[in-house]
Formats: sequence, C-alpha cells, structure tokens
Amino acid sequence: MSDHRPAGISYILKKSFLSALIALVLFSLMVGVRTEAGSSGQLTYWTRFGEVASLVAVVFGGSIVMELLRQWIGSSGAEKLVPPAVQSGISFIGRYLAPALLIFTLLVPVIFYNQRYILDLAILVLTYVMLGWGLNVVVGLAGLLDLGYVAFYAVGAYSYGLLATNFGWSFWICLPLAGILAAFWGVLLGFPVLRLRGDYLAIVTLAFGEIIRLVIINWQELTGGPNGVSGIPRPSFFGIPLDNSDDGLAAKLGIEYSPTHRIVFLFYLILALALLTNWVTIRLRRLPIGRAWEALREDEVACRALGINTTTTKLTAFATGAMFGGFAGAFFATRQGFISPESFTFQESALVLAIVVLGGMGSQLGVALAALAMIGGFELFRSLETYRMLVFGMAMVLIMIWRPRGLIGHRAPTVYLTKAHAISSDLVKEGHG
Amino acid sequence: MDYFAQQLINGLVLGSIYGLIAIGYTMVYGIVGMINFAHGDVFMIGGFIALITFLILISLGLTAIPVILLVVLLVSMAITALYGWTIERIAYRPLRHSFRLAPMLSAIGMSFVLTNYSQVAQGARVKPIPPFITGGYTLHESPDGFVIQLSNIQIMVVITTIVLLAIFTWLVSRTRLGRDMRACEQDQTMAALLGVDVDRTISMTFVIGAALAAVAGLMYLLYYGLVDFFMGFVAGIKAFTAAVLGGIGSLPGAMLGGLAIGLIETFWSAYFSVEYKDVAAFSILIVVLIFMPTGLLGRPEVEKV
Repeated sequence: MSDHRPAGISYILKKSFLSALIALVLFSLMVGVRTEAGSSGQLTYWTRFGEVASLVAVVFGGSIVMELLRQWIGSSGAEKLVPPAVQSGISFIGRYLAPALLIFTLLVPVIFYNQRYILDLAILVLTYVMLGWGLNVVVGLAGLLDLGYVAFYAVGAYSYGLLATNFGWSFWICLPLAGILAAFWGVLLGFPVLRLRGDYLAIVTLAFGEIIRLVIINWQELTGGPNGVSGIPRPSFFGIPLDNSDDGLAAKLGIEYSPTHRIVFLFYLILALALLTNWVTIRLRRLPIGRAWEALREDEVACRALGINTTTTKLTAFATGAMFGGFAGAFFATRQGFISPESFTFQESALVLAIVVLGGMGSQLGVALAALAMIGGFELFRSLETYRMLVFGMAMVLIMIWRPRGLIGHRAPTVYLTKAHAISSDLVKEGHG
Repeated sequence: MDYFAQQLINGLVLGSIYGLIAIGYTMVYGIVGMINFAHGDVFMIGGFIALITFLILISLGLTAIPVILLVVLLVSMAITALYGWTIERIAYRPLRHSFRLAPMLSAIGMSFVLTNYSQVAQGARVKPIPPFITGGYTLHESPDGFVIQLSNIQIMVVITTIVLLAIFTWLVSRTRLGRDMRACEQDQTMAALLGVDVDRTISMTFVIGAALAAVAGLMYLLYYGLVDFFMGFVAGIKAFTAAVLGGIGSLPGAMLGGLAIGLIETFWSAYFSVEYKDVAAFSILIVVLIFMPTGLLGRPEVEKV
C-alpha cells in the first residue's frame, strides 16, 4: 500500500527519544516548578519532578504508538470524489437519520420526564444546535468567518432581559424584538466591515464581540455590569403563566401542577426555535439569495463578475445569522432568569464555531450531531473542572488534523445540470470572502 | 503638558511590548498566511518561564542583577522558542495545505490548550514578583509639583526593543535565513524549486516569533511585576490589532502599529476612562480597517483569479 520502506525499530526509538527530550525541556520549568504566592505576597516554589517524569514517559510511549500506527496504516490516498457506494450509504443514512433523530427529540420529554438532569442537558444541546444553525448561515453558507457570534447572542439576551425587567414586556413580544435588534447590530457592524478580506473580517468580528462584552461590563447603569441582570421573567404559554397560581396553565387544564411542566415547555420552545432556524435556512438556500451566498463562498471574484452585489449579499447573511443568534439569546435569558457578561466570552464564540466546522460547514445534520457530541462531551468531562477546557482545546486541534472538513465532509450541490454528484469538500474552496 | 509628556513615555513603553508581540503575528501571517491565534499565549508562557527562572536563580543565591537578567532572558527565549516550534509542528504543519479555516481553528484550539495548561500547571492566581530594577530619573518638575518620571525599567524596555529590532532587521535583510523567509513569503513553490527548505524556514519563523514574544513576556513581567494565565488573550488580540493597524505582513508596520496601540490605550486611559481603553483600541482597529484596509504600511493586495 505505502510505497516507502517501513523504517526500522531504531528509527522509531530515535524519533520517540527526540520527542521525549523536547517534552522534557518544555515541561521542565512549566510543570517541574510550581510557583504560588504565599500569605505575605512573597512567591514561593516547590519542585514536581515526578509529574515531569510521568509526562515525558507518556510522550515517549505515545510517540512510539503513533509511529507504529503510522506504519501500519500507511498513508492513504485522499479520495476526491465520494465513491458511489459510500455516497448512497450516506444518503440512505441521511434520509432516515434526520427524521429518526427528530422523532426521538420530540419524544425526549416523554421518555425522560422524571429525569430533570437529562431534560436540562437536552435544552442546552438544543440551544447550541440553534446557535450552530444560525452561525452556519454566516460561516457555512456565505463563507464569512465570524469569531464574534456571541455578541449577537448577548444582544438578544440583554434585549429581552432589560425590556422584560424594566418595562415588563412579555417574552412573546420581546422575542422578535431581540431578533430584530441583533440583526440591526449585525447590519451596523457588517455594513462597514464586510468589504474586508476573510482574515480581517475574522479579527474585526472578534474585536466587536469583545467590545460588546466590555460595554456590558462597564455600562453599569443600564446592564448592571458584572452583576448582570437578575429576576428575568419566565416565559408564559402565550400569556398563561406556567406556575402554581389559580390562573396558571396547570389550573386551567385541571391537572396537578409540577415544576417539570415549565422545563418541558422550555424544551419544546427551543426545539421549535431551532427547527424554525433550520427550516428558514433550508428555504433560503433555494431562493436566489441563498444561491448567491453559496456562490459567494465558492468564488467571490466570479460572483462580482456575474453582477452579484457582494456587500449586500454578505450583509443579508450576516444579519440573518445575527437574528437567529438574537432569538437564541432571548431564549437563554428566559431560561436562566439571570444573565451576566460571563456567559458571553470568546470561548462561547469559539465553541459555536467549532460546532459548525466539526459539523462539516453547511451540513444541517452535521451541525446538530456536532452540537450533541460537543456539549455531551463537555458534560462528560464536567468533573474534570480545569482540565475540561484543556481537553476541549486538544480535541479541537486533533479533530482539525484528523478531519479538517468536519464529520460530514461532503456536500451535494443545491443546483446542478443533469445529476447531483456529491463531492468531497476538499475540492471546495471556502472562506475567501 | 507635563502630564502629556509622562503619558507619552508610558505609552511608548507599552507600545514597545505590543510591537514585539505583533512582529510574531505579522511574520507568520506574511509567510504562512494564517493568524497564529496561539501567539498571545506563547507570550504568556514566556512570562511564566521568566518568572520561574527568576525564582530559581534568586533562591540559588545569585545577586548580580545584570547576570540574572541575562540568564533569564536567554532561558525564557530558548524554552519559549521551543514551544513555538512544537506548536507549529503539532498543530499547523499537518494543516498547511488544508483549507483556510482549518489552521485558524487549530490555532484557537492550541490557544485554549496553552491557557489551560498554564492554569493547571501553575494555578489560577496572579503571580507577583518584587520589583527588580528600581530607581529612575526625574526629567522635569513643574511648579505645581507634577513630576515627569523616567524609570530605569522603562529605559531598559525601550533599549531592549531597539536592540532586538536592529538584530531582527539585520537577520531578515542580510542573512541566508532572512532571504529564505522573504522568498517563502513571495512564493513557496518557487522557493522550494530553487532549493529553499520551506519547512525549515517556516519552523524558524515560528521560533523567532516565539523568542520575541518571550522577550515581550519578560518585559511585561518586569514592568508590571506580575503574570497570570489569562494575560495572553487580551495582549494577543491587541498585538494582532497592532499588526493589522501597521499593515499585516510588514515588519516595520508591526512595530509602528504596536506603538500606536500603546499610545492610544495610554492616552485614552489618561484623558477619558480606564474602563473603555480596550474598547478604544478595538474601535480604532475597526475604523482603520474601514478607511485603510491594508493598514498603515501594508501593500495593497492584488486579487488574482
């Protein structure tokens, strides 16, 4: 299979020894010496040679295993066109997996009615599915790299939080308002900066995300600063509150009240919002504007040559994505009842972006699966505390190396001449906007 | 006027530190065409290694401050450079010919790894050190009692920056390595055909960038007297802002941008509000990009089909 001669054991040992040596230097001071400020502010340190030794041993062993694996598996040639068998298999799975998942999701509150933890987790996963689908419009369809998506999430959350606590407006009035305000901010940011090339756009969106967060922290009279906004009202069932009172939903329906009702309601609310995002995205892809987005992702110069107004096209994608971010933010605020700037850090943007990229950029099913894997994985590692983000970062690097195109790394074109050929997304050049 | 002069000095010192970090961003962007998101964290690692080396040297009983500083500088440059090399080898090289977003996400992942690695390894608390270099000069004393101070540490930061820039400029314009780097920046395939070891050149770019970031980390440690695991993020974004402001890919531009960001931040804190200094720096970035998309010294980009 591989055309190069397998290297001998001495080569592998030499290479692993080198890796271990490098690891020794890297870890010697950072891990080997632990510093801590004492009670009087004076720094003290103590040594941890045992930890360094075990880390170096792990690197040595790991690098031997890696080398052996590399020899056994060999370098496999990259397949450019997805073979028909795989293609039909994927389309078969794709055809049945999505409805099956949807039916299962619809039944989750029935199956896990008494397991509050699972319901909460499911709501969290769905929130990220929605955010992922929203960002997918910007990154996956239009190919614009947005590193500050959390800003629109924050705008949505604070819009609802502030309108509801200051003016007593209901969730159902604030929800569209939150979306419109977020879209407005998207246009406000997008209008001047969308002429920029991809990397500049990325950094400007990142800067914008930070600006929004810093303004929220510092504008204490309006936002409450680091203390956040608390006492945000819970959503009502179109005006009927979901509580224990006489005119609550439970009393009206004549059933016994249970706090789980609200959780179940929140679950179906976010599911509906997420499905709305998905439906709108799918419909938009079939409209001229959606086609223009995809064309823009593939080749911006060609788009301009064909007379597509690239700035307007990008702006609509940006605003649409921002609007869904705003909806998700309003939901987040009503679910938590409390929001603070801590929920809207850059990590959140990176997490959503990682979900979109892992999902294969542009694949709706892929994004949903990636959100499930990411948030579920995050929950699994909850007990690890500080190691959790370390593992998350490593996973991001490894996934990028292993599958830079995400889990579902192929796509069928929306428009085609005679027959749709699914092509590997290695052939697709994107994000050059 | 005296207040202005004092802020000018402070701003130039801060700008020197940003400029040193910005060079690492601009170099990598010029050659590989990616935003090395983890570079701010490399700066943070450099600060930590300097701190640890300081502690060890002092507990060994060394008292000669110049010797201590030199050893700390060399150790932190060497180890941080190895970090830079390793990061490129693990996270970026496998993705060199992948699509554009892949190395960027890998870099974001690497940045999380480095931040949390130092949090796990060294704890989350801020690590202060006692001031090493004290004293300074009084430049001018106004009748109302305001004094313009120029401390020794400020002089040291500026001189170190100038010396490093001189060495670095010589390296890029006069040596074989610099020529290889410029060749790779223009056309990697052609450079490879003409016998330039592209892999090695890119590795060296990361090594040099990381070494400069380590110096910046040491300067930050001496100037502010503390390091913490999260300082890389904000410093990294600001240094990147500086690189973009100066025109990404341009080395003098990075230094110029660094000074500009340092001055903007200092003057904003001095005359308007401390809370919004970062907002000011980022807003300037957005404004500059709108009116001068290539930055102060950047070349206009020709779009080829």
